[in-house]
Amino acid sequence: MTTWDAVLQQIDEYRWEIPVSYKAGMRVPGRIYANLELLQMAADEQAFEQTANVAFLPGIVWRSLAMPDIHQGYGFPIGGVAAMRLEDGVVSPGGVGFDINCGTRIILTSLTEDEVRPRLRDLANQLFRDIPAGLGGHGALDLTDLELDEVMRDGAASMVERGFGRRQDLERIESGGCLPDADPTRVSTRVRDRGRRQLGTLGSGNHFLEVQALEQVLDAPTAERFGFTRPGQVVVFLHTGSRGFGHQICQDYLDRMEAAQRRYGIVLPDRQLACAPIRSPEGEQYLGAMAAAANYAFANRQCITELARRAFARIFGRDDDALGMELLYDVAHNSAKIERHTFEGKPIDLCVHRKGATRAFPAGHEDLPEIYRDIGQPVLVPGDMGRYSYVAVGLESAMHETWGSVCHGAGRVQSRHAAKRMLRGVNVAKRLEARGIIVRAQNPRLLAEEASEAYKDVATVVDVLEAAGIARKVVRLRPLAVIKG
Amino acid sequence: MTVEAAFELFEITADVGVSARGSTLAAAFEQAARGMYAVMVELDGVEERESRTVELDAAPAERQLERWLLELLFLTESEDLLFSRFEVVIEESGALRGVAYGERLDRARHELGPEVKAVTRHLLAVRALDGGFEVRVVFDI
Repeated sequence: MTTWDAVLQQIDEYRWEIPVSYKAGMRVPGRIYANLELLQMAADEQAFEQTANVAFLPGIVWRSLAMPDIHQGYGFPIGGVAAMRLEDGVVSPGGVGFDINCGTRIILTSLTEDEVRPRLRDLANQLFRDIPAGLGGHGALDLTDLELDEVMRDGAASMVERGFGRRQDLERIESGGCLPDADPTRVSTRVRDRGRRQLGTLGSGNHFLEVQALEQVLDAPTAERFGFTRPGQVVVFLHTGSRGFGHQICQDYLDRMEAAQRRYGIVLPDRQLACAPIRSPEGEQYLGAMAAAANYAFANRQCITELARRAFARIFGRDDDALGMELLYDVAHNSAKIERHTFEGKPIDLCVHRKGATRAFPAGHEDLPEIYRDIGQPVLVPGDMGRYSYVAVGLESAMHETWGSVCHGAGRVQSRHAAKRMLRGVNVAKRLEARGIIVRAQNPRLLAEEASEAYKDVATVVDVLEAAGIARKVVRLRPLAVIKG
Repeated sequence: MTVEAAFELFEITADVGVSARGSTLAAAFEQAARGMYAVMVELDGVEERESRTVELDAAPAERQLERWLLELLFLTESEDLLFSRFEVVIEESGALRGVAYGERLDRARHELGPEVKAVTRHLLAVRALDGGFEVRVVFDI
């Protein structure tokens, strides 16, 4: 096993680099954003090796980047960012992951914790009943091929058309809730069959829906602009992706990419990095299928948003408009997107892979909706279900260093089994209840795997990004109720 | 000496893997499938009420393992089936025929674990042992 102490070059307190001399074939250095504590947490596994491996990919520009929540993934590390030139670069399904366009979203309310607390148990039950979660959970819709085509083409808008949410939700979603150039013809029957009944479902693993309360305002002017206007304000925080639909697309294309990679003579140190040139039939087909899955994920989160609004309306006896249930934002953390950036003083079009990393565009960016253009995009950073989550805002320096990307959460530190072993005999739900957090889980066995002990402290992760000048914290949120698969 | 059929789950940061053995490659594939379902459900609670047959043309062993598990996963997602016992035959040509025994998922009765999202190629391996085979595969949770 590599002793990373001897390999890593320290740039400053929060930046570490893996030099190209580490491994023959690296085209650019690797760069890790971490403090010493986080660095040590990630050093005993393959995450740094994977960061170095990503640097082998043709067309990669600047650095193979790793966010402070980095941990071991497949091919790419989770928390990895890599941008490729369009002319000679590649796209790699492993740089997007199985859960294509997995992401998070926050729905604001005008309620406060004091108002919600007396009805919290009823609210948790209602949400749990109305939002299918866990293995075998089916959505209310059973989509025909034509309807699936609409979802693939129009994303979140296809749900608004069906009465799930409002037109104005769309501008508060990354890319307006729809990636262009989705190509339903590149999607297999098997993909369709896996996706037909899963729209509007949460899934399992680390996916969740939480009712949270505003705990701390860290940047008052920005918080107010984001709609955080009262102490103890309640929000809904959602984390889910493209379900079996996206998983199957990734699986289908891993095969095709392995064949393509051989054909184009690309040699890589890990099979899960399989890739094809962006400007090749295989690359374009993947991007078309990936965009279809991304749109399915936007539609999934849009559908669940409306189910949550209806559950709140039912419990509080007022419609969701009266409850102020506006979207704050929806951000993706598993994607490959063609974006315009500036590199070495010149504009450049890049395919930016974000595998477990969130887009974080700053004030002034032309891709941001008008409401956030002068202040920057809300960046949603979930922690674990026992502690807290953050909303941050992207900064200009992120554009230069990380292609406008930040971490996507706390990052795992204990494996699922280690967490279960550590918490043997502990009733995680009860322990949370004792602290006023109500948990409703389809599968209580899973709770130990998702307990606070399994994750890094998200406060440390976000502090590193703030100290490195990549993002600024805006508010801290605390869970009140947790819905899990 | 022949290798006794068995599987074990192993740890990997965010996910879970299975290492499975058998006296033949087919027996190791049966155990790998048991391991995959052991992630999703308490196997003892899954009764044998239905069966499904999976047929695959020849492929290299690692690829065949991945395809076999993916076929099962597809049956689980599209038909809500959980399986607990498997019979696999691998022909000399490399073609595979497997039968999976189980029943429809019942949330009231089955003790469920997390969904297996995908079968990855991370650490995927098939290896001959003295008197048998060992296979290893990691699932995305």
